[in-house]
Amino acid sequence: MSATSYPVAPPPAAAPPASRGLSVGTPLTVGVVTAYLSVIVLIPLAAVAFRSTSEGWDGFWASVTTPQALAALRLSLGASLLVSLINAVFGTLIAWVLVRDHFPGKDFMSALIDLPFALPTIVAGLTLIAMYGARSPIGLNIAYTVAAVILALLFVTLPFVVRAVQPVLTEMDKEMEQAATALGASGWTTFRLIVLPNLLPAILAGIGLGFARTIGEFGSVVLISGNIPFETEVAAVRIYSQVENDNITAASAIAVVLLALSLVVLLTISLFERRSRKHDQ
Amino acid sequence: MTSNIALRGVAVLYLGLLLIAPVAVMLGATFAGGLGPVLEALARPAFLHALKLTLLIALIAVPLNTIFGILFALAVVRREFKGKALLTALLDLPLGVSPVVVGLALVIVYGRRGEFGGWLADHGVRVIFATPGMVLATIFVCIPFVAREVIPVLREIGTEQEQAARTLGATDWQIFWMVTLPAIRTGVAFGVVLTTARALGEYGAVAMVSGKLSGRTETLTIHVEERFLNFDMVGAYTASLVLALLALATLFLMQRLKPRGSH
Repeated sequence: MSATSYPVAPPPAAAPPASRGLSVGTPLTVGVVTAYLSVIVLIPLAAVAFRSTSEGWDGFWASVTTPQALAALRLSLGASLLVSLINAVFGTLIAWVLVRDHFPGKDFMSALIDLPFALPTIVAGLTLIAMYGARSPIGLNIAYTVAAVILALLFVTLPFVVRAVQPVLTEMDKEMEQAATALGASGWTTFRLIVLPNLLPAILAGIGLGFARTIGEFGSVVLISGNIPFETEVAAVRIYSQVENDNITAASAIAVVLLALSLVVLLTISLFERRSRKHDQ
Repeated sequence: MTSNIALRGVAVLYLGLLLIAPVAVMLGATFAGGLGPVLEALARPAFLHALKLTLLIALIAVPLNTIFGILFALAVVRREFKGKALLTALLDLPLGVSPVVVGLALVIVYGRRGEFGGWLADHGVRVIFATPGMVLATIFVCIPFVAREVIPVLREIGTEQEQAARTLGATDWQIFWMVTLPAIRTGVAFGVVLTTARALGEYGAVAMVSGKLSGRTETLTIHVEERFLNFDMVGAYTASLVLALLALATLFLMQRLKPRGSH
């Protein structure tokens, strides 16, 4: 049996050589992509993990639990959780409006959702400073506060839940909703009991990707947060300043905590997705 | 119906306050002093150098990652081998890594204090605080995009046409150029758009390994920060505007290429 993980065209048993499609240098291709990924991604990340314990576990623990590192990690974690919650609500709401509502300017609004994916993080931060900084045209200056951190994280993660929920909502059968309405359920009851359970996997997937992004976010936050230690300094900024102070081991320890957090979240989502896909079949 | 209008209002208000108003205000502030200061900022040597360096880095990183992405997708979809699941997981890893951790990792491996970086420095190769490090950082952060777009397309098209071509006596190389590549063209193009956008706009990872030397190792995003920290708001806004226009071009291409929502 040759490699056929795709469902199309079972190989004709009589002519094994012809059953192959393109054979791009078989083991060589696998070797090349593995080597490329290893050199660019795996080895440098392994070096961070290795470096974080170069002064032993005690050193690792001491670096992570200094009051300033702890405060930064707490802020990043807390802000990420809050942003996840807000995104779950508003991301779903926006997806709902984009799919179920019709009004002039909807296409423009839909195209706009991807803007945070395309806009560089430093520019995202700067636009927020222009609107909500010291020269705010509406007199609302939240620069150098935790609210600014939250706002920046909301900006960069806006597309995640919307884009995860949108296709599910588009494909969802309206019959069940109509049946529920016919049986006298209110709009909210129908949404809560019929629509929401179907959307939940997509919402969670969007939240998870967003969380992996916010927990280590740097560019959009760094200018507007002011990076005040114990107040508005996020974990990524803490790592950055530790590297500038030539404190590589301490920086690595915090980095490992961030990596672990986002890995746990990403793995949980992929397990969850796999389970719900099996459930569907 | 009234509830629909209320929901619409909330959605528009949320997007307005979070996205539209900030971008509009920044646009207004850029041109508050007329066109003169903007043109001045565009003509500044540091800006031009940053633009050139940004394009140079993208010109190296994007083709390398495109070739890698296509090869990766072919290997994962068309081959069975041990550790395939692990390799696929590894591909997505950069999406969960903070830009500053990318920078930190490169500093550890290629910095002059590191063993490998020290060896390189002895042979006159400078990676950190120089262009090679910035290229490596850029390659890291946009490594998954092409492969992620091509994999589902490659699964979908199957191998029937390739088999037909082979039966007709085509070589692997001919099959790739005349059958496979045209079939995955849209996926590749979409991946290249995403890769380019990220490569031009990356800030954290590149800033960390660049040393931020104005006129030498400053990319457009770092130039934005440098202008901002020097209280030259028009300079910062102008460079931001250039990046935002590139982002808009990206958005436009994404719409044209019909995303399949694989983010």
